[in-house]
Amino acid sequence: MNQERPLHRSSVRELRDAVASGERSAEEVTRAHLDRIRETDGDWNAFIHVADDAALAAAQAVDQRRSAGEPARALEGVPVAIKDQIVTKGIPTTAGSRMLKGFVPPYDATVVERLRAAGAIIIGKTNQDEFAMGSSNENSAHGPCANPWDGTRVPGGSSGGSAAAVAGGQVPLALGTDTGGSIRQPASLCGVVGLKPTYGRVSRRGAIAFASSLDQIGPLGRTVEDVALGLEVLAGADSRDSTCSTEPVQDYSAQIEEGIAGLRVGLPEEYFGEGIEPGVLDSVREGVRRLEAEGAVVQPVRLPHTEYSIATYYLLATAEASSNLARYDGIRYGHRAEGEDLGLEELYAQTRAEGFGPEVRRRIMLGTFALSSGYYDAFYDKAQRVRTLIRDDFVAAFEQVDVLATPTSPVVAFPRGSRVDDPLQMYLMDIFTLSASLAGLPGISVPCGFSDGLPVGLQLLAAPLQESMLLRAARAHERQFADAGAWPGEGGP
Amino acid sequence: MDIDDAGVRKIAALARLALSDEELALQREGLQRILAYVKRLDELDTRDVLPTSHVLDMHQPFRPDEVGPTLSTEEALANAPRSDGESFVVPQVIQGAS
Repeated sequence: MNQERPLHRSSVRELRDAVASGERSAEEVTRAHLDRIRETDGDWNAFIHVADDAALAAAQAVDQRRSAGEPARALEGVPVAIKDQIVTKGIPTTAGSRMLKGFVPPYDATVVERLRAAGAIIIGKTNQDEFAMGSSNENSAHGPCANPWDGTRVPGGSSGGSAAAVAGGQVPLALGTDTGGSIRQPASLCGVVGLKPTYGRVSRRGAIAFASSLDQIGPLGRTVEDVALGLEVLAGADSRDSTCSTEPVQDYSAQIEEGIAGLRVGLPEEYFGEGIEPGVLDSVREGVRRLEAEGAVVQPVRLPHTEYSIATYYLLATAEASSNLARYDGIRYGHRAEGEDLGLEELYAQTRAEGFGPEVRRRIMLGTFALSSGYYDAFYDKAQRVRTLIRDDFVAAFEQVDVLATPTSPVVAFPRGSRVDDPLQMYLMDIFTLSASLAGLPGISVPCGFSDGLPVGLQLLAAPLQESMLLRAARAHERQFADAGAWPGEGGP
Repeated sequence: MDIDDAGVRKIAALARLALSDEELALQREGLQRILAYVKRLDELDTRDVLPTSHVLDMHQPFRPDEVGPTLSTEEALANAPRSDGESFVVPQVIQGAS
């Protein structure tokens, strides 16, 4: 590997190969990234918890395996950061909430077990909007996170810490969760690659539940290959998650170079209309031209129910959240309101009022309303029926094309504090990511340009379980994109 | 749609959320605003559309009913805000008991 470049600027592939060949020790790699976090995270706040000691112990264990001559594994010695929404045995996990302050999980999520078994080093837990509810990382009990491209701007959300950590070279790979865009949107705003796999492709056991019919875990990295390497480890059946697909996992990283000659790419007209910043639109159109340069055939398509996706999503996701978050009662774990004279019902209500932040309380209220007697049919049931229409739009589109190309977000990273006062305006920014979540489709955001010096993301969507094709298209775009892999603060446009 | 203070209090009670008077007003305004927005779904005729609760065509998988490892009492209580070493401690719920 390149000896001139600092270790923390290496890819997953480079680090893994360097540890596997013995050129670098896992401890050396881990220390370089811990140093990078120490130097930068006072400014960025991308981490809620850095697991220094556990990470170094894990790295030393990897090095012992290497000296014992054991075969190198898929992510041998590669530092990985985990969104705080995902439980980690012995490492505090808060989901960005006061409600779970001090909570230390007694088990690892399946994805964390798989990362450890593949030789990855769990570096720490990344910042996020509380319980994954938000698009700017400003709803975090741990405080906001900065965008490494411009410290006064948000990294996006809810997986803002994971995207910022990867963008700034704190880790080469991070896990996020995506319920309505929470991997793709921050990847777009931070100029990294973020993949939301098909609903059910990756086990969600140990992902703290937000909206169970939508939640999915996925990887964020700096290159398409690194994300493919991550998905290979994460994906696959899990007998402890009954929603997890048993379809075979493919050799994604081996397939990404296969090219896209003749691939049919659809541009949904509804995703190129009003409300998109001109600089975003220009960059996305450039991205589409790169796909054409690689042999793709582009045609317009229609997704006529797109305008209903935000209303549908916010009814269904909040309804499911109001049910999932009922478990936080102040009894078995988490925050508990003080007061000897509180009755049980008062203890619940006071605990939850204190433990949840404003956006989470707002969504619990909306979800409880949508499920409540007298309103269920008009709101929750109605939204479930519109969800069918949105899904059918995609089924029809994928009869004509293989992949859809759209902007990931209508805007680039915006200044912190500029949009927090209007929840509905914040929700409207999720317009391009929500529909695919409702339909359970895989989606990836890849860097495709800059607007005013801030990264723009191109979103690619495919039919269920077509991750290999999606990654192949993303890689084809990356080959054509001269600024792929640009670092914040230098070499940018 | 219009939702009054009593309606907001009822939802908060169902959600087990204590509400200050100040937050009551905020929640009422927030709910009204988003409910006005989501009413656009009424533009669509969905009488002949089946609801989607889940996107996968999947069956419920079975597994053998075998005893596996579980958390010890100590592990289960480790994160409890109040416990006595054997149980979670809750406020007294049956009046008159000692």
